[in-house]
This record gives sequence, structure tokens and C-alpha cells, in this order.
Amino acid sequence: MNRRAGSVMRLATPVKAWTQRFALLFLAGVAVALMLLDKADSVVVERARSAVADAVAPILDAASRPVATFNEMVEQGGQLVSVAAENAELREQNERLRHWETVARRLEAENDALRSTLKLVPDPTLHYVTARVIADQGGAFVRSVLLNAGAREGVERGQAALTGDGLAGRVAEVGNGTSRVLLVTDMNSRIPILVGDAQDRAMLVGDNTAEPHLRYLEPRVEVKPGDRVMTSGHGGVFPPGLPVGRVTSVDEEGIRVRPFVDWGHMQYLRLVDFELPGILHSFDGSESPGNGR
Amino acid sequence: MKQGVWHRLDIVARSLSPLAITLLLIMVGMVPLQIPKIAPVIPSVALIAVYYWAVHRPNLMTVWAIFLVGLFQDLLSGGHLGVGIMALLMVHVVIDTQRRIFARSSFQALWVLFAIVAAAALYLMWLLNCLLQGVFLEVQPVLFQYLTTVAAYPCLAWLFAQAQKAFLK
Repeated sequence: MNRRAGSVMRLATPVKAWTQRFALLFLAGVAVALMLLDKADSVVVERARSAVADAVAPILDAASRPVATFNEMVEQGGQLVSVAAENAELREQNERLRHWETVARRLEAENDALRSTLKLVPDPTLHYVTARVIADQGGAFVRSVLLNAGAREGVERGQAALTGDGLAGRVAEVGNGTSRVLLVTDMNSRIPILVGDAQDRAMLVGDNTAEPHLRYLEPRVEVKPGDRVMTSGHGGVFPPGLPVGRVTSVDEEGIRVRPFVDWGHMQYLRLVDFELPGILHSFDGSESPGNGR
Repeated sequence: MKQGVWHRLDIVARSLSPLAITLLLIMVGMVPLQIPKIAPVIPSVALIAVYYWAVHRPNLMTVWAIFLVGLFQDLLSGGHLGVGIMALLMVHVVIDTQRRIFARSSFQALWVLFAIVAAAALYLMWLLNCLLQGVFLEVQPVLFQYLTTVAAYPCLAWLFAQAQKAFLK
């Protein structure tokens, strides 16, 4: 009996080692296959990503709430200290803004009058969906965040994601109740923009650092630090004129832009639906539930 | 008979705890902390977890479990699919082939060994990302993540040790 068990053991050990080695090779092969599948922009991969995000969204959502609340409390505590000084500053700012409001109203009326004399086609109205950031996907290789709104709320691929400060990114994947926003700093982010007062066309290209590059600028064009960068609207999905950032450095290495968005306080993102109403929705015959928000 | 079923369920649940803790920590690591510039340098929890369990309880962190951890992280993080899996499988291979060294090492020695293994794993991830992206990626963010990951090792290792005591005896 003992001898038999011994021989089984002797046989089983190499078999076990062999199956383990086989499993390792097999799984490494699967990993390579997945890399190629992902590289080919497969729909399957995107569905899988959305499914995983949807599945863990409740956990992430629950976990991110206390953190957000705690941060708000800390921030409010800090604000209490400087409330008087801030109040005075805000009063002054309010006065200034009132003046600007009258100017803006006058210009708006003038604009409307001029548009109607020119018979200009009006820009499509914008619809917004506001969503909370439930996961900040860390790591050195990707810059994206997960939001708690998806197809159910009318989010669609390609929509611009904004904070109060400016453009944060664009929607890259949409699940049922979640969506992933690729930030402008990600290495896969390409955003058509206009730069400076002359509004020269260029492309904002992310490289995973805090300051994305300006590329494809025409050779004669002069750009200097401090120039404002905004979306151009070329390519269709983004509304033109969204603030993006400011040029920080111009040298041989290229032109760098610092986005206006405060990455540390990005709790909510507004997603802009800029589709021409009634054109794209009529294809699938369904009204997007996000409209009218 | 009934007790036998419960007993077996208990054993299964306990032996799944390393995997469950790892997946949970990956999710916790993604909670937005609203601290400026922390997201890019957040430590790689999966790397620490797979290293710890592969050293201390290799029978509970099999290649299949490691594959699952990598797949989960790659899908959830939005990075290139397969890159994280490859790095974690590499960690497994290193520990499996050098088991004698790892089994004898003290905590401090394991930390130093982790620093070496993590460097290799993150280098592999950087290399694969460069290949898949077709460009030369900035090294700086990877370097920062490497430093935070190595720094976070003792803390997480302590946590895993507590879990090991509690669930696995």
C-alpha cells in the first residue's frame, strides 16, 4: 500500500509540475492574445470593460462617498478661517461681474440681431448630464476616470467632459450605468483646438504627463506662454470654444499646455451632448433619455 | 453530513480570501481621493498582493488566480489589456523558480527582494506599453509609481499578515 502511494506520488509530482508549467504558458499566451485583441480595438474588449465597470460600480460608488464627504468637510473647515476676507473679495468681484453682465446682455442682443440679418444657422442647443467621479484609475500608464452615469442616463461616446474650470476629457467607453472618461493628459487623447488670439488650429496631444503637447501647428504660427487654448469644434462632437488650458512653455522640445482643470478637486463632471437634435437620434428611432436635462 | 458541507464551504471561503482581499484592494485603490497628483503615483496594489501571497501562500495564489487579478485590474483601469497580466505572471515565475531564496528570507530581505521584483515588473509594463503604443513613453511617472509601490509594501504586507492570521491560521 505504502509502496503504491509512493509510486503515485512519484508520478503525480512531475505531472503536477508539468500541468502548472502548461497553465503558465497557456495563460501567458492568452495575455498576448488579449493584447492583440485590445490593440485591434475590438468591441468585445470594450464590452468586457464596461461590464466589469458596471459590476463593481455600486462598490466604488459607496466607497467614494465617505471620501468625498470627508474632503468636503476638511475644505469647509479651511474656508471658515478665511470667510471674511473672501467675502470682501467676492463683493468686489460681484460688482465687476454685474458690469460684465450688462455688457454681455447688450452683446447677446446685438449678436442675435446680426445673426438674424445674416440668416446664420444656429448652433445646436447643448444638453448636459452631470455625473460623479467614482474611480480615479491610478497607475503610470493611463489617465482616465470612471463616472456613475452611462447609456441609461444618455451618455454617449465622444462627449466632452467638463469641470467648472474647463475641458477634462472625452467619454471613451459607455456602459449601462457607468462611463469612462479619457482625460486630456492621457497618451491616447487627441483634441482639436484653437490657440491664442489668432485662433490657430492645432492638436492637443496627451503624453501621460501633467502638461500635454501642442502638435500639428502650422510652421509660421507664433505661440507664446500664456496663450489660451480652447476646443475648435473640428471633428464634430465637441462644442467649439470650451476652455482647455494655457500655454506654459515653448521650446525646442515643443509647446506644452497646462489644462485649467483642477485634477485634485474633480468630484463631478458635466458631459456635453452636442449632437444636432433630431439627426443622429432618428437613426435608431429612440430618443436619448439624457435629452431635456 | 450537513456539517461536512459547511465545513468544506468554510475551507473554500478561507482559501479564496487572498484573492478576494486582492480584488477588493484593487477597487479601494481606485477610489478618488481628491488629492492633487496622487492618481498617477498610486501604488500598484496588485503587484504587492500577488508578491505577498505568492511568497507566503503559493497554493492559494495560483497562476489562474494571478491571471484573474491581472485581467480584473487591466479591465477596470482602462490600460492596455494583458500588460498587467504579463507583469503579474512574471512575478509568479520569479518567485516560483527562486522559491528557496524567498522561503528563507526575513521580512526586510523580502522587502528588498520586492523592490527588485517590482522594478522588473514595472519595467516590463513600461516596455509592453511602449510597444503597444508605438512611442517612447515618459519614464518619470513609472519611476514615481515604483517608489510609492515599494514604500507601500510594508504597510500592505502587515495587512495581509493580519488577514493570514485571521482567515488562514
